[in-house]
Amino acid sequence: MPKFRDTGHLFRFTGIFVAAILIFLAIRGWLVPHTFGQYGHYRGAALTEIAAKPVHFAGHQTCETCHADIADKKRTGKHASVNCEACHGPLAAHADDPSVEPAKLDTGVLCAQCHEASAAKPKKFPQVDTASHSNGVSCETCHQPHSPTIEAGGAQ
Amino acid sequence: MKITRRQMLVLLPAAAVAWESLLAGTPESSPNYKMTEHWWGMLIDIPKCIGCGNCVRACQAENDVPDGYFRTWIERYHVTDSNLENPEVISPDGGKLGFPVAKEDSGKYFFVPKMCNHCADSPCTQVCPVGATFIGPDGVVLVDQKYCLGCAYCVQACPYGCRYIHPTKKVADKCTLCYHRITKGLTTACCEACPTGARQLVDLKNPNDPIHAFLKTHAVQVLKPQMATGAKAFYNELDGSVR
Repeated sequence: MPKFRDTGHLFRFTGIFVAAILIFLAIRGWLVPHTFGQYGHYRGAALTEIAAKPVHFAGHQTCETCHADIADKKRTGKHASVNCEACHGPLAAHADDPSVEPAKLDTGVLCAQCHEASAAKPKKFPQVDTASHSNGVSCETCHQPHSPTIEAGGAQ
Repeated sequence: MKITRRQMLVLLPAAAVAWESLLAGTPESSPNYKMTEHWWGMLIDIPKCIGCGNCVRACQAENDVPDGYFRTWIERYHVTDSNLENPEVISPDGGKLGFPVAKEDSGKYFFVPKMCNHCADSPCTQVCPVGATFIGPDGVVLVDQKYCLGCAYCVQACPYGCRYIHPTKKVADKCTLCYHRITKGLTTACCEACPTGARQLVDLKNPNDPIHAFLKTHAVQVLKPQMATGAKAFYNELDGSVR
């Protein structure tokens, strides 16, 4: 059995090779975020970061914890399924600190956003031509925005 | 303390494992939300949409969407019987301030709210060269804005035009399905603000979600089904002229 001779260069070469792999793994470990690959080919921590963004719309459940009277009134009318912040806008700041006053609403503009008559809207949706309907009188003069039932002989 | 070579060989891998677990940290910080128990989507009920623009305004307020960019928008279709294949489509400022009044009643009109379809096999996540956009275990397509290069491959890949490059952050931005809200048990801002219930957040993994009965009993379809994106924005009574 002939013996290998002059094997020193092979050991040196292997040593360089192993060192290169170790350096590569060290740099990779330093550069690749530690949650990368936790759930898939992306940074797992991104999910918690996105979930931590602040909320602006408090949600109608939050509104109803304080304004139960208005929630009850609303339940009886045509706007039962319209959430508070659909008209009042995002009010998480007000829910967190009730001293933050919500902006006053202009029913003349607000109601028309939904109810202005247009041939493009679904036919069964209640619509009015605001100019001829009210002649500039604001909507809440006749209609209750929280419970806009239309009574016979009353507001039409 | 003297460590023999034998002890050293045992200690090294143990130390490496301990170091790795230290670096990984805690996997989930919101304890009440289990990602694997949800598979989110959206139901859009075309006959209920009145084109008021509430969803567009709510989305911009909730997510600080810059002016002129949209994570959701509304299109108004006008189809006349002489021109079924080429509907007139308008979306002034994304429908944010509503639509001009339509006077004449020729042909048919309807509104189509659009948004990210949170596709199960989404083309946008497949083209990302760095793994910055992905579908989470709960079926929401998200962008990791710390990792995004802003190359805009995903913007081109989305067949629904739902992505844009944020004008100041210079990274891809899109609908997150209000991930910061749904993980807290709230609905999305657009659903919260929709006055007619034309939009509904749905959880396909929740057996009690009314979506299951709805899908069985209504004419529901997704946009561009031929692209096999696995879209999860379900449109009820969608007209064939919608592209």
